[in-house]
Amino acid sequence: MTRYILSRVGFGLLVLFLLSVFVFVLFYVSPSDPARIIAGDKATEELMAQIRVKLGLDQPIHVQYLNFVGNLLRGDLGYSYRSSLPVSELLFSRIPVTMSLVFGAVVLWLAIGIPIGISSAKHPGSLRDRLGQGFAIVGISFPTFVLGMMALYLLYFLPSKAGVNLFPPGGYVPFAQDPIGWAWHLVLPWITLALVVAAVYARLTRGQMLEVLGQDYIRTARAKGLGERRITYRHAFRSAMPPLVTQLGIDIGLMLGGVIVIEQVFGLLGVGSLAVTSVSMQDRPVIIAIVLLGGLFVVVANLVVDLCYALLDSRVRTAAR
Amino acid sequence: MKTPAVKLATPHTAAIAARNSADVQLRGSWSLTWARLRRDPASLASIAAIVLIAAFALAAPLIASWTGHGPTEQFRETGLSPAGIPVGPSAEFLLGTDQLGRDVLVRLAYGAQVSLLVGVVASLVASAIGVVIGVVAGFFGGWIDTVLSRTTDLVMSVPFLLCAIALVAVLGPSLPLSIAVIVFFSWTGLARVIRGQVIALRHREFVEAARSLGASRTSIMFRDILPNLVVPIIVYTTLMIPSAIVFEATLSFLGLGIVPPTPSWGNMLADAANGSLYLLAWWMVVVPGLALLALTLAFNLLGDGLRDALDPSASKGGKGA
Repeated sequence: MTRYILSRVGFGLLVLFLLSVFVFVLFYVSPSDPARIIAGDKATEELMAQIRVKLGLDQPIHVQYLNFVGNLLRGDLGYSYRSSLPVSELLFSRIPVTMSLVFGAVVLWLAIGIPIGISSAKHPGSLRDRLGQGFAIVGISFPTFVLGMMALYLLYFLPSKAGVNLFPPGGYVPFAQDPIGWAWHLVLPWITLALVVAAVYARLTRGQMLEVLGQDYIRTARAKGLGERRITYRHAFRSAMPPLVTQLGIDIGLMLGGVIVIEQVFGLLGVGSLAVTSVSMQDRPVIIAIVLLGGLFVVVANLVVDLCYALLDSRVRTAAR
Repeated sequence: MKTPAVKLATPHTAAIAARNSADVQLRGSWSLTWARLRRDPASLASIAAIVLIAAFALAAPLIASWTGHGPTEQFRETGLSPAGIPVGPSAEFLLGTDQLGRDVLVRLAYGAQVSLLVGVVASLVASAIGVVIGVVAGFFGGWIDTVLSRTTDLVMSVPFLLCAIALVAVLGPSLPLSIAVIVFFSWTGLARVIRGQVIALRHREFVEAARSLGASRTSIMFRDILPNLVVPIIVYTTLMIPSAIVFEATLSFLGLGIVPPTPSWGNMLADAANGSLYLLAWWMVVVPGLALLALTLAFNLLGDGLRDALDPSASKGGKGA
């Protein structure tokens, strides 16, 4: 058990290490010169040389990398080239927005996707199943930004033109300041993100449930005279859950990248939109920090899934011994 | 091909063969697949949609010369209102114009070329890589399998959109780079599936037979094992195309894919989102948005239809697996 967890943690660290090397090398070979970005176009050669020395850019790449990792381990992410603010400060100001977005969307997509999948599987081939499957395939095919723009047009612009203030055009209100305003501002992005992802869960749940419902112990449960509801949720859904947990881990892990487009469409100033602006301004320390944060997200989410498995399923525990 | 009588070994199989009319036996699996596909209206509709969109893409120069509007030609006199707002669908511009007074219909046709090209090319390359890695990992096992499987896991646990935008930001957006990035993050799923299948096939009798006849490893891998993997390869590759198309559109939407003024559906949508212009000019989002949805939906439906047609046992809960 311990060895299993250690090997998973080790793999997570390897991912983060390779990711940091990747971004570091990427920007090292980049044609843009950080000194030029900081000092501006009119800077003299001497000034730029000074900046390079100050940033340690005159040193060989492996020394630069070790310095970078050393600082990272001390919690120092460096300073933005553009705004000169500490990167950690920039990130912390953006994280609540992204977290709120992801949190609400996850709750919503599970609440939409799983019931659709279960009711499809209960009556395969029925009208309900067909509708559910139709929803799933359209949802899977819908690019989030197209759905987001259509939602804004139909639910914000048209009503407000008619004089009804149904939803705000986007933006963010902190939860602590105004919980209702927080939810009201996030409803459209939540729905947009949730509908697209819920489709995946509806399909996955349906497939798993169909498989489980065909098994002997379900027939036994029915023969015992248990209620249909109890069989569906207690007996069948419980054994259909593991693949859903895995998928949830993957999806939540990748969300930091996944929300970029949603944040762009709804004008939310979260980590994703910070990534896009930093990329267009070649703000190297910020991009590196975001990519690593994204990697950390994935690694932690996968680790949590692995731990859940190890705790729930004795086969995993013994297999790793 | 004439079926030899020896094949009807037992009375049971003989009875089945007698029951099925002779022509079933004479038809190859491809024609059976086509027959099953033809009975599925969703698959037929999706094939029709794909053919239509491909024809539309190929006809782009014809459409341009028919309307007399080039894909990057700006009609600031006729295509923009005096206030500089794009004009809606009209006899002159059938699907309206964009913010620079360019014809949306013509740009849509040229954009279809990009979407199809990127989607199909990236998926074919990614699927070839996935197949080779999966077959090699599954067939050889041991340390080769460990290295390849870990590499696959590694690529899977990378926040791909963040890495993609970092990569494109540094190297500069271009069509080949978009394809390369999409390929790099798309081959993993297929590699996993193929590896699993190969492991299941590796010890089957026909592989043993080939080995005892002195066949080389390469020959066993590609002449004996690979033909058994045609179904997952075709289905997965078909389903990879829509994700590749959306991936490209997302990159272009973020300004990191196809370089303007070359039209792609992604950057047309980005033009629409820029300054929320689509709220005034709905056709700028509806036209490329629906085109994108139609294309991805068609490929997703076709993928599902192919899976059912190629492997009927899977969908009807038969004795498969």
